[in-house]
Amino acid sequence: MSTDTDSDTAITAGVARADRVRDRRVRRTLFGCAAITVVTTLAIFAVLVDNGFSYFYGVKLHEAVLGATLDQQVSLTEFVTGTRWAPDHARPSHGILPIVYGTLAITVGSAFVSIPIGTATAIYLSEYASPGVRSKLKPTLEVLAGIPTIVYGFFAISFVTPFFISPAGDLLGYNAGRYNLLAGCIVVGVMTIPMVSSLSEDAMSAVPDDLRNAAYGLGATKFDVSLRVVLPASISGVFASYILAVSRAIGETMAVTLAAGQQAQITGNPFNEIMTMTAYMVSMARGESAVGTVEYQSLFAVGMVLFVMTLTMNLINDWIKRRYREVYQ
Amino acid sequence: MSHDTAESLHTDDSLRWEKLKNRLFLGLCISASLFGVVALVLLLADVVYESVAGIVEFDISIVHFLTQGARRDPEDAGFMAAIAASVWLMILTTLMAFFIGVSSAVYLEEYAPDTRITRLIEANLANLAGVPSVVYGLLVLAAIVNGIGTGSILLAGAIALALLIVPIIIVATQESLRAVPDGLRHGSFATGATRWQTIRGVVLPAAMPGIFTGTILALARAIGETAPIIMVGILFTARTPPGPFDTFSAMPSQIYIWAAQPQPHFHHLAALGIVVLLAFMLSMNAAAVFLRNRYETDL
Repeated sequence: MSTDTDSDTAITAGVARADRVRDRRVRRTLFGCAAITVVTTLAIFAVLVDNGFSYFYGVKLHEAVLGATLDQQVSLTEFVTGTRWAPDHARPSHGILPIVYGTLAITVGSAFVSIPIGTATAIYLSEYASPGVRSKLKPTLEVLAGIPTIVYGFFAISFVTPFFISPAGDLLGYNAGRYNLLAGCIVVGVMTIPMVSSLSEDAMSAVPDDLRNAAYGLGATKFDVSLRVVLPASISGVFASYILAVSRAIGETMAVTLAAGQQAQITGNPFNEIMTMTAYMVSMARGESAVGTVEYQSLFAVGMVLFVMTLTMNLINDWIKRRYREVYQ
Repeated sequence: MSHDTAESLHTDDSLRWEKLKNRLFLGLCISASLFGVVALVLLLADVVYESVAGIVEFDISIVHFLTQGARRDPEDAGFMAAIAASVWLMILTTLMAFFIGVSSAVYLEEYAPDTRITRLIEANLANLAGVPSVVYGLLVLAAIVNGIGTGSILLAGAIALALLIVPIIIVATQESLRAVPDGLRHGSFATGATRWQTIRGVVLPAAMPGIFTGTILALARAIGETAPIIMVGILFTARTPPGPFDTFSAMPSQIYIWAAQPQPHFHHLAALGIVVLLAFMLSMNAAAVFLRNRYETDL
């Protein structure tokens, strides 16, 4: 080799080294960005625990660790077992059960709307609808999930309650208020229909036609095939969609605040006003003005409970997906 | 199926019952599918009806509505300040979320080794997507509004929205990157390009339409998010368009304020506000669809 090519190689090697160095630097920057997502989760957890602690003991957790004296203002027992929620009242009371009840009532009630309707829609889309109908119906339904939840709240108070729930209440002898549990369940149910229908349809479409054809060969009808072959074969995906819808209903905020109201009570009457955890958070949101008050601190205790509930749902979803995943070729 | 069903299939009666059952079931499935469509139509019709009723019955001037800030007096109230706040929020949110989201996705798809840390990041993404939006509001309220002490400024709201949509942008970007065939990468490597040169020169340009589409859809979601904005900001009637460091009331929170008022006049203002908000979302979605159709190439 001549000296000429040698220096050429040296230059190329130098350039290549510079490129590699830059490659590593870029890689580190990109990793930093990806790490931000993990930091977000940790920050959410830290903020909720730190500030939630101050709701019970008057000082934030990190202040307590640094040696601030605890001044118990709310007992954990009262928080978990009390049945009156009024932290901002003149005679405060800190039982979280009424607003947990509100959230669960909305969640269960909306599931009664979204799960049957969503599943039937998914079966129609996957087993009956022609490709043309499916390609129009599916995106149309998905629009429901894209509409801002505040619009559903408005829909509830301007249409669902006055035109459906009040007349129904009159018929049954109940007096439905401007805000009521039933309206909240209906609008949250409607907005979660596409989550159930789209994801369940995906799972059902993934079931191979061989299974269907085998059933048809045995003389099964479409009804049998849909309910006894396709649904069981896709059950993990279908359940995952239910969990997702339920998880969304738990965290749903604006629609339930406007539709179901802001009065914390445990009531079996669906025409009554209730308050969910999220609605409480909205009613207490005062930006920077109320730092250090019990109301402000209570936001984080409630937020913690909410976070744990949705996290549990996500973990269950994960577990179902891994445990019951059916893989077809 | 049990034996006796199979045997009884031979009789005419049970055959008729099977047919009836099938027809009923189909009817049930069709009605369920129509339920969602009907609900959507009713919802949109209700919003349009309430806004038209506001214009006709309460003489709300559309020009006045679109050019004036919010007032306590419904006669004089407008949506301008809220629109401006939402536009600012979109700009700032895009600036923050786009870079972080795309970079994270590039790392996860192109660089990340299959280690425990990578799997942790991926699992965490799925978890973040499930965190209620109101919780993001709490995070920013405690960490930035009161922690750093910025106060309830628009920038803090944009941070909350950015945190909210970063996971969505990451997932959309990952999908677009996955759609770029490995042949393109290998071709680039074969010419001696480094990984970063390959990504910048080959992979990202090929994936860009998908990334933009995903980002716009995420922004369309962010513009309608009410809960984090309410947690971060103060609920108040904004008279003048805010800057990034002012207190603010964006479109959805202004709609909430109006909708929660007892007077019917405010109600119609809320309906008009919803029309404007939906128009924004619709045009963003249209832009996303246009981008997808215009630049979608078969790789």
